[in-house]
Amino acid sequence: MATEHAEQALTPSSYITHHLSFNAKPIGDGSFWVLNYDSFIMSVLLGVLVMGLIWWVARSATSSVPTKGQAFVELIFGFVDEQVKNIFHGNRHSFIAPTALTVFLWVLAMNAMDFLPVDVMHHFVYAPLGLEHWRSVPTSDINTTFALALAVWFLMIYFSIKVKGLGGWIHELFCAPFGAPNFAIPKNLGGVIGLLLSPLLFVANFAFNLIEYISKPLSHSLRLFGNMYAGEVIFLLIGLWAATGVTGTIFGAILGAGWSIFHILIVALQAFIFMMLTVVYLAMAHESH
Amino acid sequence: MNINFTLIAQAIAFAVLIWFTVKFVWPPLLNAIEVRQKEIADGLAAASEGKNSLAVAAKQSEVTLNEAKHKASEIISQAEKRGSQIVEDAKGAAKAEGDRIIAGAKAEIDQEVNRAKEGLRAQVSALAIAGAEKILRKEIDAKAHSEMLSKLAAEL
Repeated sequence: MATEHAEQALTPSSYITHHLSFNAKPIGDGSFWVLNYDSFIMSVLLGVLVMGLIWWVARSATSSVPTKGQAFVELIFGFVDEQVKNIFHGNRHSFIAPTALTVFLWVLAMNAMDFLPVDVMHHFVYAPLGLEHWRSVPTSDINTTFALALAVWFLMIYFSIKVKGLGGWIHELFCAPFGAPNFAIPKNLGGVIGLLLSPLLFVANFAFNLIEYISKPLSHSLRLFGNMYAGEVIFLLIGLWAATGVTGTIFGAILGAGWSIFHILIVALQAFIFMMLTVVYLAMAHESH
Repeated sequence: MNINFTLIAQAIAFAVLIWFTVKFVWPPLLNAIEVRQKEIADGLAAASEGKNSLAVAAKQSEVTLNEAKHKASEIISQAEKRGSQIVEDAKGAAKAEGDRIIAGAKAEIDQEVNRAKEGLRAQVSALAIAGAEKILRKEIDAKAHSEMLSKLAAEL
């Protein structure tokens, strides 16, 4: 299966490196000003495709007997809406539920690109288009998952400030979850020591919140990235085995099929988890302590 | 695995997608589903209402049926009463008529008997006279009688 690269001395490491290289082009000076065209174009294409399909159904949605397409879309809608309803108890229809739908469908579509056989796509689609490096799965790019998680993170802070006010949010940063210190006049020596030590409570609260605010986007993005990246690597390893000969090809095909089937679960589950975490984080931002 | 500008590009794409969904995808779907939910709820309410009114109508019809049955049996008993009364009346009238006819016949018979008696009486007297004449004719003595008659004539 990997024979198309035979002209460049094919080693396992060059095969894997080739498939894990982004189509990265610099758009300015410095290592930051680089755009991974494959991740960006694939994700935008998938986003337009998936949300466009839903929009196409939604704009002719009827409240009487639905068509099969509308029934399918309503199934997804109901599923997402139900999850959001169980977690978030505000007006979910204005923002959080549609966001959850976007996240779920978009991530699901991007994850599902993992099912495209890497070498077949390279040989028949990307190479003829002149794309030497092209990765099909945007969610196996840390930039994509981190972009999503960071966007959710900013939304989190935005809703925190919107619901509690800037003062309320800062108060919560220093006075939750361990509570605010009590500044009553001390009555004994223990009370005096307590009063002197009480500012430590602010420090503890703030440290705790800081860790929370840092860990949320990291765990949110790295979980999805790790799962999809690992899935892709395993496909590549199976492809490597397939390149060793007839026996390897047969077992590689069987293993590849098995991993694909198992990967359906991972793809759907990770999309679901990413959506649920998005909703949970945004719902937590609405809660006052 | 470097963090680069892709991060910002993807975040912008994400923001645009969320905006699109919030603006154009979610509202029509929500509206369609909510309107249908309301229609279904209304339909179910109408169905239960219909069920209730059906039960009421069934009860009403039972009451009406019972009433009608009662009325019918009343009418039948009345008709029976009236029929027997008519029969009774007819019987009485027939008896009276019969009695009248019988009485008339009796009176006529009596009359007839009387007339026959009268006739017989008249005939008996004629027979008696004829018999007396015959007896007289046999026992008459013209001389004595003419003497008596002439004496009578003399006394005049």
